[in-house]
Amino acid sequence: MTYLIEGETGEWELVIGLEVHAQVVSNAKLFSGAATRFGAEPNSQVSFIDAGFPGMLPVINRVCVEQAVRTGLGLKAKINLTSVFARKNYFYADLPQGYQISQYEQPIVGNGTLTIDLADGTSKVIGIERLHLEQDAGKSMHDQHPTRSYIDLNRSGVALMEIVSKPDLRSPEEAGAYIAKLRSILRYLGTCDGNMQEGSLRCDANVSVRPKGSDELRTRCEIKNVNSIRFVQQAIEYEARRHVEVYESGGTIDQETRLFDSSKGETRSMRSKEHAHDYRYFPDPDLLPLVLDPAMVEEIGRSLPELPDEKKDRFVHEYGLSAYDAGVLVAEQASADFFETVAKGRDSKLAANWVMGDFFGALNATGRTVEDPPVSAADLGALIDLIKDGTLSGRLAKDVFALMLETGKAPAVLVEEKGLRQVTDTSAIEAAIDQVMAANPDKVAEIKGGKDKLMGWFVGQVMKATQGKANPAMVNELLANKMKD
Amino acid sequence: MSLDRTTVRAIANLARIAVPDEDLDHLAGELSNILTFVEDLSSADTDGIEPMSSVAAMSLPMRDDVVTDGGYADKVLANAPGGATEGFFTVPKVVE
Amino acid sequence: MSDPTTLGIADALRLLADGEISAVELTRAHIERMEAGRALNAFITETPDLALAQAKESDTRRTRGEEGRLDGIPLGIKDLFCTEGVQTSAASAILKGFVPPYESTVTANLKAAGTVMLGKLNLDEFAMGSANVTSHFGPVENPWKRRSDKNAKLVPGGSSGGSAAAVASGLCMGATGTDTGGSIRQPASFCGIVGIKPTYGRCSRFGVVAFASSLDQPGPMARSVEDCALLLGAMAGHDSKDSTSAPMAVPDFTKALGGSVKGLKVGIPTEYRPDGLNAEVAAIWDRGVEWLKEAGAEPVSISLPATRYALPAYYIIAPAECSSNLARYDGVRFGLRVEGATLDDLYRETRAAGFGAEVRRRILIGTYVLSAGYYDAYYNKAQKVRRLIADDFARAFQNVDVILTPTAPSAAFGIGEKSDDPVTMWLNDIFTIPASLAGLPGLSLPAGLNQDGLPLGLQLIGRPFDEETVFRVAAAMEKAADFTAKPDLFAAGGA
Ligand SMILES: [Mg+2]
Ligand SMILES: [Zn+2]
Repeated sequence: MTYLIEGETGEWELVIGLEVHAQVVSNAKLFSGAATRFGAEPNSQVSFIDAGFPGMLPVINRVCVEQAVRTGLGLKAKINLTSVFARKNYFYADLPQGYQISQYEQPIVGNGTLTIDLADGTSKVIGIERLHLEQDAGKSMHDQHPTRSYIDLNRSGVALMEIVSKPDLRSPEEAGAYIAKLRSILRYLGTCDGNMQEGSLRCDANVSVRPKGSDELRTRCEIKNVNSIRFVQQAIEYEARRHVEVYESGGTIDQETRLFDSSKGETRSMRSKEHAHDYRYFPDPDLLPLVLDPAMVEEIGRSLPELPDEKKDRFVHEYGLSAYDAGVLVAEQASADFFETVAKGRDSKLAANWVMGDFFGALNATGRTVEDPPVSAADLGALIDLIKDGTLSGRLAKDVFALMLETGKAPAVLVEEKGLRQVTDTSAIEAAIDQVMAANPDKVAEIKGGKDKLMGWFVGQVMKATQGKANPAMVNELLANKMKD
Repeated sequence: MSLDRTTVRAIANLARIAVPDEDLDHLAGELSNILTFVEDLSSADTDGIEPMSSVAAMSLPMRDDVVTDGGYADKVLANAPGGATEGFFTVPKVVE
Repeated sequence: MSDPTTLGIADALRLLADGEISAVELTRAHIERMEAGRALNAFITETPDLALAQAKESDTRRTRGEEGRLDGIPLGIKDLFCTEGVQTSAASAILKGFVPPYESTVTANLKAAGTVMLGKLNLDEFAMGSANVTSHFGPVENPWKRRSDKNAKLVPGGSSGGSAAAVASGLCMGATGTDTGGSIRQPASFCGIVGIKPTYGRCSRFGVVAFASSLDQPGPMARSVEDCALLLGAMAGHDSKDSTSAPMAVPDFTKALGGSVKGLKVGIPTEYRPDGLNAEVAAIWDRGVEWLKEAGAEPVSISLPATRYALPAYYIIAPAECSSNLARYDGVRFGLRVEGATLDDLYRETRAAGFGAEVRRRILIGTYVLSAGYYDAYYNKAQKVRRLIADDFARAFQNVDVILTPTAPSAAFGIGEKSDDPVTMWLNDIFTIPASLAGLPGLSLPAGLNQDGLPLGLQLIGRPFDEETVFRVAAAMEKAADFTAKPDLFAAGGA
């Protein structure tokens, strides 16, 4: 369904393009041998190269190049066998060289695509414009001192992939789905850890609006460095409404860089970037054109893992899951792997229900992760086996699962220890039924008089009498027979 | 090509070099002379010629992804004008 | 034994090997000379204590038989090379007091060969200049004097003017220089010494304060072709820390010396003889051609038609690269800082106070030619012209083995002359810039004196990575030229 903003003069459509900066997973920086680990002491992971000292020269990290190629292939994009590093010149306190080494006219990766999955079950293909490699800047801290900003260069020179979408996104939801899918693919590929809190994945959103049905492209504003999917969506929505209001009151939008203030839910003009930039890009004379060996690109292509879209398809076909369930399970490689371990040789729908229901619930409740689960895939599988062989009813299985969480013990052990085995002995169940019927002759009469609704109450009473261990199907059947008598 | 005061001021701002107003005219004259001198280039026939950004007849060498550098914040900070503060370089407070 | 400061490096190495002189004695003699020659202002920083300590170590190594190939040779280092623990200023106020915690690859290579560092040599600020008059530490004086006016102070050329003056007057046995558009060759010519800009990529740029990255190239300066060959052998080599460093083995350049030049074809470019070329320069060039003919080489007239565009192309490319390379001098992490109310004020005031007029001009021109709307007309156009120039040379080298030209359009001029118009000053490099743009090796050697008693140099340009042919021809010419004149100031034998 089209997302539109209802204005006073009519309906407005959003045009959104996203630029995602994804930190490359690598040990060392893009052009220096300093480490990339997050959270180190200030300026401790800085080489003289990263600090822009006189006479220092960049030498590129092969793994960062390979990671960019891997990502490009994962986005089904064109890999440019020759690319060029350029200098983007501007002055800023956390940019020690006075320029950022980036790629401009000839990026390492060209056009690609990314398929986003929307809540209504539909998918949409979003164009990828390009992916280029560049250096990160350092970090300025403005709130440490009343009159000074502090500069930490640990990030300076860390490799980033800037992934630029085409302006194909039409709603905050689509923008969110794009980031989520991109993050998922990057994590599958192992090229970016996707950690938005630590800044490994940052998003700039280019937003403009136009009257519904128009195909013009109006002035866009760039909202810089938003660090969560929810904030990106809020920022886009706020910014789009602002544009509509400005246009409808007869104003014009200036092309500018804006900042999202998450505490106020607003965007505002960035004062420090007020004056127009002139980056004076030119090929970095300290570096030569990056020429890739086609064999290396092919080798990387062969080593790509099954990516979320393919995996989702397979889950739908191989396990008979709904597209939605499959989508949820494949979002993280670890969840998909966990599910597959649980589902292997078992009822896959039951497995999906358990993984997405009780297991994900348990993750939430315990704060653990799929990588470090509170219940192993093998134990969850064994639990499902106990349901299938009739040892446990679904109801009992939930109790056993709770105990598994609590004790970490295998389900079979818990069944033995706690005597939680389901009662399937007909005479024992009949005895319990007789007892309940004898104690409630008036209700028995009502049922026999046609008040079927009371059957559920009787089932509950029988279950209670057996401490929940009676096989519920048997209880239903035997109870129905008794009532006919 | 001759540059006016406004252009010189704009370039000086891009280059972050303070130029006193009284020097602008003189500087504009000097820079204009230089531009006139290099303008001879426009008469060179370069149709179909690829720009040459390096004479090195090789492609970019790559290094292994190994941590070999850094870990010497003291040395990085040793030349900081006025000294470092709490392990940081400092500048006048920037308002974003 | 003669005054050690008049020795050639090869001779000194023989004496050191024979125990006729110690590294400490050799170094001490040069320290005295360096002190006596302070009027030249060739050194920005003298490091006599360091030099003596290094000389002592050298003598120890030699007694153990562990000496390097240039062990005990006292050198001066252009103050553009970062030297660990010793101030490196690039002759700029903006780097005043900067002490690098690291060493350039070239100086590290020289150290590894056992050389002794006497100090850091003066230069034009950030190597931008052709007269060594733009240094924050004052101009360097050429030790040579005009016969007609012994009082006039002459420039040593630039930017490696301190290196050239110090070598010519015996303050050091050899020196490092850097050459972007002629900064080794032109001062070598002005001071009557030999200097070679190797092929781009032959010597590492790591740790050398950058001026224009695609052109900068370190090289040696010394009093003979042989000494330059020895020094280059120790300085050069592939360096994985410089992405533009050539992965090429370094030959023993001295082996090229003394070889015959019989049958070699020597290109004489017609474009290097413009109307109005200084008659004495033209004459000495002709004489050079004759020497080579007599030695059996064959002069071949060649055409390098794009030559006229070399200077304008250079004065777009070099300032463009410098405007970016010098952005790091911003008062934040090292060097000069002029505090400001805002970060931008700090930048603007620091850079205005820290850079001299010529550097500021070049930064501004470079900023302009890269700026939006002008890139294609200037920078991109210059890069295309650069290819035309490189192609000219490549074509010429299909027919010739080496090219012979004058090094500079004139002999040394007076300090203060030519300094009002920057463009006039730039014409000094008219013969050296084309080879720089093409990345080719170029050597200047003294060929004679003009009528006023000032040295004039000739330039030999070779194929990429064929410094050996350049050295071979240079050695033959050196022999023919028999240039024995010494500067008045510090003529051989003492001050
Ligand atoms: Mg961007
Ligand atoms: Zn970017």
